Amino acid sequence: MAGFLVKRILQAVFVVLVVTLLVAWAIRLSGDPAIMLTQGAGSFTEQDLQNIRKALGLDQPFTVQYLQFITGVVTGDFGKSFFGGTSVGSLIAHALPLTLLLALTSLALAVAMSIPLGIHAAVNRGKAADTGIRILSLVGLSFPNFWLAIMMVLTFSITLGWLPPSGAEEPANIVMPALTMGVILTATNVRLVRTSMLETLSAQYIMVARSKGLKERVVLYKHALRNCAIPLITYIGLQFGGLIGGIVVIERVFNWPGMGSLAFDAVAARDYPVLQGVITVLALLIVAANLLVDIVYGLVDPRIRTE
Amino acid sequence: MSTVEIEAPGTVRIWLRRLRSLEFILGAVLTVAMIGLVLASGLIFPDGGDAMDLTARLTPPFQSWAHPLGTDPLGRDVLARVVVGGKISLTVGFLSVLGAVVVGTVMGLVAGYYRGVWDMILMRFADVQLALPFILLAITFTAILGADLWNLILFMIIAQWVQYARVMRASVLSLRDREFIQSARSFGVRDLRILLHHILPNAYGPVLILMTLNVANNILLESSLTFLGLGVDPMIPSWGGMLADGRSYLQTAWWVSVFPGLAIMLTVLGLNLLGDWLRDFLDPTSKA
Repeated sequence: MAGFLVKRILQAVFVVLVVTLLVAWAIRLSGDPAIMLTQGAGSFTEQDLQNIRKALGLDQPFTVQYLQFITGVVTGDFGKSFFGGTSVGSLIAHALPLTLLLALTSLALAVAMSIPLGIHAAVNRGKAADTGIRILSLVGLSFPNFWLAIMMVLTFSITLGWLPPSGAEEPANIVMPALTMGVILTATNVRLVRTSMLETLSAQYIMVARSKGLKERVVLYKHALRNCAIPLITYIGLQFGGLIGGIVVIERVFNWPGMGSLAFDAVAARDYPVLQGVITVLALLIVAANLLVDIVYGLVDPRIRTE
Repeated sequence: MSTVEIEAPGTVRIWLRRLRSLEFILGAVLTVAMIGLVLASGLIFPDGGDAMDLTARLTPPFQSWAHPLGTDPLGRDVLARVVVGGKISLTVGFLSVLGAVVVGTVMGLVAGYYRGVWDMILMRFADVQLALPFILLAITFTAILGADLWNLILFMIIAQWVQYARVMRASVLSLRDREFIQSARSFGVRDLRILLHHILPNAYGPVLILMTLNVANNILLESSLTFLGLGVDPMIPSWGGMLADGRSYLQTAWWVSVFPGLAIMLTVLGLNLLGDWLRDFLDPTSKA
């Protein structure tokens, strides 16, 4: 297991390096921050622009800028925003917990909804309940997450007036964004729970458990669910990237001041250090989630642990 | 030498029975209807959904035959814009998948058949792709290239060909040492011919499924990016663009935000149904 982990960690480091290199290179093609900074602030000579570039470190060759950035990341210093000079680290420290809070709440909601629904569908295979759940999940996979978000605002804020439409000031603010992502994730996960449950339920040990006279709830949730935990955990782990991607969009609809909002503002302003920082941290997070999946594997399934 | 296909008796009947499944009928009807509507949009709505009827601004839906789905604050017909806007979504969905499939299939065939360095590079690419928050990269790239239909398609191809390459590679790996390939090789059949005539026809199934689901997926992605102002030019009618517009007058005109979303949902649902049906059809063992 140790050798396997070392190999996976090296792969992860490689992935993060490639991602940061791509982003750093791409965003420098996207426009000149010196021009963005001076826009609408009177006339500037070419010399002024040169001075701004020099002050921001943009006169250095790309390799030097990139190496500075990477050494910064290793020491935990992401540089300063081009605008106002706030440290990128503190911007991220403010936004990341909000994004993670949203991600984990959505994930918890999705697990809480998809496992009972998926089991219910598997147990009643082919009956009305199963068909209903399958159709609902397919519909749930078929609309864009931001549209669901807009429809929630329309229903719960505008029509019913129950929930605040945007912001992150009070606990009620998290309900709609988390529910949006939770519903979208549930739509994918229900199908997976159903399929792996069907496979597990046809196993002989389930028949044994039932013939021992165990309660159906114990058979389902203790014997069957445990045995299909592995594909579920893998899938949830691999979903993390998609979840973060979805949250980035959703944050925009609900004005949730997380990493997505930070990234958008940074792109609009050509604020290289902020965008680089945000993407690096998110890529690290996703890679870490995938690594975690491998480790949890070993904990859930003793066969892997002893290998 | 062509591929040997063993047709069991009664195959046609099995085909017909499977075609009669509800999934297929619903999926095909939705998809064909959407494609048909979009192709005919120029005939049905010659003004391209841009005509402004200023006397009928913010007409609610289901109240007049002139504007069955209502009008937006500029008096433009919502139904016309929804139908015309479908052009963008379907163009992006189909062209991006077509491009990615061509690149990915070639790469996957080569990597799976010859292995070696090519294979290693491909798999590392796949690792990177797994860790990329697609939307974030899309944001970065559209910011550089500019929000434009063709840039969007190009970006999707660059971001997604690896998926097809991986699936193709897996199929090729399972086929390359099979007896019929070995025998073709022992007859001195050239590699290119083996790849195109013996491996490709036996490996297209999973790629076809992935294609169907990705057309659906890319329609969703396009609408998200356009909604965020990073996709197609906001002046062109598109579903994502209409939803972005509609958001600012959600309080007064809910219909402007509801119908483009429904159009996306029906289109994507149709494609998802077809993709699901195709998966069961090509691989009956996966049917749960």
